[in-house]
Amino acid sequence: MKQETMDTLLSVHELSVARGGLSILCDVSFDLFPGQALVLRGRNGIGKTTLLRCLAGLQPVLNGTIDVGADAIAYASHADGIKSMLSVAENLRFWAQVFGTTDIETALVAFDLVALRDRMAGTLSAGQKRRLSLARLVVSGRPIWALDEPTVSLDQASCLLFAQAVQTHLDAAGAAIIATHIDLGVNGQVLQLDPYAATSNTGVPSGFDEAFL
Amino acid sequence: MRALLIRDLRLAMRAGGGFGLGLAFFLIVVVLVPFAVGPDTSALAVIAPGILWLGALLSCLLSLDRILALDWEDGSLDLLATSPLPLEAVMGVKAVVHWLTTGVPLVLAAPVLGILLNLPSQGIIWIMLSLGLGTPALSIIGVFGAALTVGFKRGGLLLSLLVMPLYVPTLIFGAEVARRGSQGMAVETPFVMLAGITAGSLALMPIACAAVVRVNLR
Repeated sequence: MKQETMDTLLSVHELSVARGGLSILCDVSFDLFPGQALVLRGRNGIGKTTLLRCLAGLQPVLNGTIDVGADAIAYASHADGIKSMLSVAENLRFWAQVFGTTDIETALVAFDLVALRDRMAGTLSAGQKRRLSLARLVVSGRPIWALDEPTVSLDQASCLLFAQAVQTHLDAAGAAIIATHIDLGVNGQVLQLDPYAATSNTGVPSGFDEAFL
Repeated sequence: MRALLIRDLRLAMRAGGGFGLGLAFFLIVVVLVPFAVGPDTSALAVIAPGILWLGALLSCLLSLDRILALDWEDGSLDLLATSPLPLEAVMGVKAVVHWLTTGVPLVLAAPVLGILLNLPSQGIIWIMLSLGLGTPALSIIGVFGAALTVGFKRGGLLLSLLVMPLYVPTLIFGAEVARRGSQGMAVETPFVMLAGITAGSLALMPIACAAVVRVNLR
């Protein structure tokens, strides 16, 4: 890993990623500074999710480098990752303990979950589950949020809550990478991914065993 | 890690958690054996250790596909993999929880069921010891099987086929300890072998499990 440039939280250099053994994005480069939000846009299947999964370390990259501090990224996927037989507070407290933090009240307030704290997560509506899932990011205490379609099933008021939470995070010198199709109302740079689409479907990393896909 | 242990135990105890599934299956198998084999108590006494071990092994197998599948379905496994917890430790905790919710109840139920099978009284201590020593290996090997098939819909059959051969050494030596013990013979050799299998599995399997899950999450 090369020397990190001053102040960048995340530096991506000529990154290429693949899904299912086919290269889908080529030579994506960007830097992320504290207080900055980066909005990923692009048509369906362009590789927004794959890019985020690579950043989160869930899958290997084809080429290029990702410079990021250890344990800096909190990843939120399409799935909520909520246990329906645990209460809202139990779900959040678990993740707080995993990430070594203690405060869940801030997160409950930020996503308007205080009244729901003792409800079983299985009895929540889809939008409420989504809010619980996003509240997990607040308790993670990590500087970079990598969000994959965070506003799915959120109503307008909840989208606003979410935008406020992101803004609070940015004001606290955090950063966010958000793959989304809607206008969040968060001040952020937009990265249009369409121009980076891979033209040829070659490019399996050397020594990468196809059988393990 | 303790948070994960507590969460998983809590989930297992709550409705739909599957606690008692293995135990109930164990009870059914062992209770039905005398009906199938017939009322010859001396014949039952001979096969009792083997039946108890086989029942315990099948009960473990029955509950394996839940270990990781539930976490995978709701996305928690991705989140756990990106959390500060080492994935090896996550797998270890999964095995501990499986053992506490499946293995320990089996060990505790074995003496009672041993009486049903006319197990000689000197054999009771050995069936408990051998199950107590062998079921942790069954759990951690089972997590490995679950890790291999995580993400497959209806992976239960494949999981059973993959895990079955890995269970054979534990079954052979575990049942041998129980058989020799119940007949008052020396148990040292199979006992040491069983202990070795468990110790080796506990040491190496979490690493293998974590490697396999990483591949499967790609």
